[in-house]
Amino acid sequence: MPTFTSVLLRGLLAGLIAGLLAGAFAHVTGGPRVEAAIAIEEQAVHADPATGDDHHAEELVSREGQRAGLFLATGLFGVAMGGLLSIAYALLRRRLRIRHDAHAALALAGAALLGAVIVPFGKYPANPPAVGNPDTINQRTGSYLAMVILGLVAVWAGALAYRSMRAGAPQWSRCAAAVAGFLATVAVGYRALPSFNEVPANFPAGLLWDFRLASLGTQLVLWAGVGLAFAALLQRGQAKAAGSEPSPEATVPARA
Amino acid sequence: MSSATPARPLTQPAVSPRMVWAVLAVVAVLLLLAYLVAFDQGAVSRSGMYLHELMHDGRHLLGVPCH
Repeated sequence: MPTFTSVLLRGLLAGLIAGLLAGAFAHVTGGPRVEAAIAIEEQAVHADPATGDDHHAEELVSREGQRAGLFLATGLFGVAMGGLLSIAYALLRRRLRIRHDAHAALALAGAALLGAVIVPFGKYPANPPAVGNPDTINQRTGSYLAMVILGLVAVWAGALAYRSMRAGAPQWSRCAAAVAGFLATVAVGYRALPSFNEVPANFPAGLLWDFRLASLGTQLVLWAGVGLAFAALLQRGQAKAAGSEPSPEATVPARA
Repeated sequence: MSSATPARPLTQPAVSPRMVWAVLAVVAVLLLLAYLVAFDQGAVSRSGMYLHELMHDGRHLLGVPCH
């Protein structure tokens, strides 16, 4: 039986790996879009200095620094998410009714991706520089956090609905109940929380779309990476603990 | 490990009631770390806006509201 600390350490390491992978993905796919958006932002500020928010003029951190800081941000964020995932795993493993540890780890990572990323993205998609009114940043941040919590609650509601069906109910009806419980919660959140439409009229739609895809892809890499790395590290630990009795997964002969 | 290793091992660490506070503390530290990356505007970091600006690109690409 692994200790809580060893599971936590595996989660933190998995998060670091996934965070750096997500940083690499973001650097390649999102980097050029951020540059293009900043160029538009600068243009707008220079055209009308009175209204623009020229927060890049101070140059507290150079653009090179910000590009490197991307890896620091995704790395630290990955560590935090990996740690939280491993704690969720430690507390919920038995309740999940999933046979394999690896499947349980991946299911939790998938639930987090759906609830904490995809659901909020549907309501408050990622915005590049030059999009967003600085005056509403507090409302937007609060609403975004509320949506993250609601997304996780929606996933939980789906799981609850799945289990609430009477014994002997056909599988499809359980799945339908899960989807209905999830969607109903999401719909309430989407209706209840305020919308912000702050894309400037002249901001290129193609650039916005590319940036949002890159951002969603970054989170996808992060959560797929953290789930897979955590599952792999858990099984490595198991094989080691079992010693001469490796786990069944470890004894499966590798295909040439 | 005992000889009675189950066919499909179920790995869950024991979290005794004594550990609840330790677990909560770890959760708080991790949430603080996520906050520092994603939402800090210089209030906690003490380095002013330096960390905020340093992680500017990451925040945008992680999809968090920035400015």
